[in-house]
Amino acid sequence: MCLAIPARIVSEPNEIEMAEVDILGVKRHVSLMMTPDAKLGDHVLVHAGFAIQVVDEEFAAESLEMLNSMGIKHADELAAELDGSDETAGVPAS
Amino acid sequence: MNDILAGFRDPEVARRLVDEIHRIAVEPCTLMEVCGTHTMAIAKHGLRGVMPETIKLLSGPGCPVCVTANPDIDLAIEIARQPGVVLTTFGDMMKVPGSYSSLSTEKSEGRDIRIVYSPLDSLAIAEREPDKHVVFLGVGFETTAPTVALTIREAARRKLPNWSALSLHKTVPGALEALVVDPEVRVTGFILPGHVSTIIGTGPYEFLAREYGVPGVITGFEPVDVLQGVWMLAKQLAEGRAEIEIAYGRGVHAEGNPSAVAAIDASFERCDAEWRGIGVIPGTGLALRPEFAEYDARTRVPVAVPEPREIKGCQCGDVLRGVVLPFDCKLFGRACTPEHPVGPCMVSSEGSCAAYYRYTDYGKE
Repeated sequence: MCLAIPARIVSEPNEIEMAEVDILGVKRHVSLMMTPDAKLGDHVLVHAGFAIQVVDEEFAAESLEMLNSMGIKHADELAAELDGSDETAGVPAS
Repeated sequence: MNDILAGFRDPEVARRLVDEIHRIAVEPCTLMEVCGTHTMAIAKHGLRGVMPETIKLLSGPGCPVCVTANPDIDLAIEIARQPGVVLTTFGDMMKVPGSYSSLSTEKSEGRDIRIVYSPLDSLAIAEREPDKHVVFLGVGFETTAPTVALTIREAARRKLPNWSALSLHKTVPGALEALVVDPEVRVTGFILPGHVSTIIGTGPYEFLAREYGVPGVITGFEPVDVLQGVWMLAKQLAEGRAEIEIAYGRGVHAEGNPSAVAAIDASFERCDAEWRGIGVIPGTGLALRPEFAEYDARTRVPVAVPEPREIKGCQCGDVLRGVVLPFDCKLFGRACTPEHPVGPCMVSSEGSCAAYYRYTDYGKE
């Protein structure tokens, strides 16, 4: 029920903060009342006809990069990391 | 955007995460998710099957439809029965049984009950049909509550005389506390809901780590997201830490969405709420503020509600607390199936029982 779907803003908001978004090719009008900083071209998470957050695409790309590089490390390195090093390399946004 | 999402479905990345989880999860632990979308994601992608034996994944009270108590559903049904009322709500609510009926049954018997995609759609109905009184039945956690809060504000701005909201909204953190202090429930870590946290951020969960030593990781919904959440929890447990972390940074900021939180607080005030299976949890409900009384269906459409009753043999309450698994219920798969559901956890598309029925080879677990 709390599902939110990524959509791209494809029109400027009107006077009551409604804008057109593209959800996988389907166009809909959603309210930007909750995302005052959202701009034309941004991706937003849409829930029940409202944009609830601007998607941080840069962050998404970085966390993928981090996840992609994990497991390439040597097992000993990981073991050492777990054995009490306080630096949790690669843990995003904690 | 789609390229990015594809990355979070990459089997190779998932495999590496699974390997890492197996390596670090030495001590037995029970991780609970409290979001219907996680319930479905875990079941659909078979993630229970790839966990080490040390990790038990449980579903908690994460489906807002499932945790709605019978007296509240009965109230919505009585309101829908009043002459001149149009009851509008999300499709999820239609088939959920109350004590004696469901909205779906009522609709088939001629009540004017309509499914809307957005609460704003119900304002449009009220404007188009001035002779009717349009009630919006609001159900959902913090993800949904601000959309209804802003719709109430919009109704007031437009001075709509024939629209009101019935708020059955609930807030998540207080329910997590009720689970942590419940001696029957043993949770070592929480897979925290992604989009509830988009709104509230990490702050409202901090007490779990600080006061109870239970870690939590806010988690997204792609297979790699869920595995990353589990991995971060396993890592915290292995390192003896209890913190609230975010594994879904593309959709959640630590501070949440302050505009949305402000919207909730402007239209609603905290009240006690009854959760199916858990009982009344103080301060976890959202009631319309007195200044919006004329938009509150509880005052606008006063009704008498019959004495509630529970469904015989149904263990949804225990399933919602994670005390029994769906297939431990005597009705599961026999008297209660998605085609002929008895309890809300089988009715709702995001219910634990529906997820287990649809995706799990439950003889094996």
